Amino acid sequence: MTTGPIPISHPRLPAWAPALVGAMALALAGLPALLAGWSLTKWIALSFLVFLVALPLWSRVVEGRRAALDRLVTALIWIAFAIAVSPLIWLLWVVIKNGLPAINIAFLTNSMLNVIGDEQGGLYHALIGTLLITLAATIISVPIGILTAIYLVEYGARSRAARVITFLVDVMTGIPSIVAGLFALALLVLLFGTAFRAGIGGSIALSLLMIPTVVRSSEEMFRLVPDDLREASYALGVPRWRTILKVVLPTALGGVVTGVVLAISRVIGETAPLLVVAGATDGINSNLFDGRMTTLPVFIFSQYATSTPVGYERAWGGALVLIVLVMVLNLTARIIGRVFAPAKEH
Amino acid sequence: MTATASPERTGPHDTASRPSRRGDRTFEGIVRVAAFTILVSLVAVFIFLAIEGWVGLTADPSTYEPFTSFITYITPLVVSTLLASAIALIVAVPFAIAVALFISHYAPRRLAAVLAYLVDLLAAVPSVVFGLWGGRYLAAYLQPLHVWLHAHFGFLPFFGPEPPSPNGRSLFTAGIVLAIMILPIITAISREVFAQTPRLHEEAALALGATRWEMIRYAVFPYARSGMVSGVMLGLGRALGETMAVAMVLATTPNTTLNVIGVASPPTIAANIALNYKESTPERQSLLIATGLVLFVVTFLVNFAARWIAGRSARRMDR
Repeated sequence: MTTGPIPISHPRLPAWAPALVGAMALALAGLPALLAGWSLTKWIALSFLVFLVALPLWSRVVEGRRAALDRLVTALIWIAFAIAVSPLIWLLWVVIKNGLPAINIAFLTNSMLNVIGDEQGGLYHALIGTLLITLAATIISVPIGILTAIYLVEYGARSRAARVITFLVDVMTGIPSIVAGLFALALLVLLFGTAFRAGIGGSIALSLLMIPTVVRSSEEMFRLVPDDLREASYALGVPRWRTILKVVLPTALGGVVTGVVLAISRVIGETAPLLVVAGATDGINSNLFDGRMTTLPVFIFSQYATSTPVGYERAWGGALVLIVLVMVLNLTARIIGRVFAPAKEH
Repeated sequence: MTATASPERTGPHDTASRPSRRGDRTFEGIVRVAAFTILVSLVAVFIFLAIEGWVGLTADPSTYEPFTSFITYITPLVVSTLLASAIALIVAVPFAIAVALFISHYAPRRLAAVLAYLVDLLAAVPSVVFGLWGGRYLAAYLQPLHVWLHAHFGFLPFFGPEPPSPNGRSLFTAGIVLAIMILPIITAISREVFAQTPRLHEEAALALGATRWEMIRYAVFPYARSGMVSGVMLGLGRALGETMAVAMVLATTPNTTLNVIGVASPPTIAANIALNYKESTPERQSLLIATGLVLFVVTFLVNFAARWIAGRSARRMDR
């Protein structure tokens, strides 16, 4: 061993080292990419590879083995994130690119009734179906969801029954949507005969998927309401149920509404249960309780299943409308959450 | 939250408090009924599927065309379901954990919230749109990979010996789409447990001279292990039951095959229901409901186990 003091700090790579190596990797991989006319993906993939070898190697020489491993993992994690997000960007881009040409006034205001071949069709009937079925599902699941949340927070407290329900609600969030659809189908078939199909069946299936989300989000919001408020109300002689309805519920309302809107945005894109129980039809059906009813996701699926260019175009148009609908609901939920957020304590 | 056993009221107040007591009791009754409805509906799902599906278990052999019994009918579907879910998990789990770590430990603080929102957006995309994209774009994009896998790993039963799919609409592509769809749930659960690691453990590791990766390996992972397992199982539950992505991507055949990059595979249980729901004979309908019952029981057990593991670790940490 050599003499001399043990250094107290290790040599480190400069802060701009990853950026430099990154640029060089892109350039290095760009050379064969340009010469051989590679696709963008191949170029990027090769640069990732060069980066993953070059930076740890440099670090190994200057900083030592452990730091090199740390750099390698850091690089891997950044790359993994980039790869994981790329499908989302690609998908949104494709939906916009293919969807925009399909959309015009006629597409939005016509149904597919008597549309043959390449004639202009529309998704108006599917829009009506989606709105009605989702609305009915909301009407079924919001009261049940909120009242259950009230039970869990205000009455059940730590009782065994409340714990079991919380647990089952969690398990329920994982029910496959197609199973919810089959349940609704079995219910309708048992009550009204084998060939019976109706929009309300779709609502039942969707509410089975929606209730757990509503319960979980409202429960969380009710728990955030400070106990001081409840106790102040009790001290004034207000009975418990009025305290819940007039103090707890209004305080948590913003959060609860956010949860409900998010739950709607989650179920509005459900396809499988509606396909099974609400079926598909070409015309407008605005009666929830009788006859098949097309919804937007089912419209997309059945147009896709035609495997014709015009069918694909309609499917992309429908997909764009659906995505816009979901995103608008999502944004609305977030804005409501922001606006009605409980005031911070001073 | 607090149990407000209202204090014993005596004297003149007694009469005044009575009406409100009645209101309380009514309201509590309503609330209990709502909570009870959830239990009932879960049991109802099982009972109705069982009633309607029972016929499908032991129907006339002709119902099971091209097979002859329920077991032989469902076996290829089960094999496909397991293969597709396995592909989805193998691909999604490393990415999901990396993304969760990225958001909780690596991303710049200010960006983390936005990036987390980006991953949540992935969960908001409807499954039918994933199917559309998977069938029209991803399949063609992944087709060269099919050829490559067949050429280099064709000796494995999963990648040969039949020729690879010419258009990429294989179980492999379906599994990749499933992986993208289950990524957000695994990420969300893992992120939550990563963020719960006690700050002191992390700082102690760093103070001992650990690099960031060593800190994560020795302080974060041991703490988060059961949370990660539960996240992966929830992802598995999603993958088993996801319907449209498979129904729209996969080219189907009734014949059992382990080859995931072949020209066609049997559909998964869920996709099989969606693809055949139009068949109107009551027996076929019962048969589909019976396969749905199998799917329900399996996903229920997987989810049950996942939540149980998560709950157990949460209870242990409370102590």
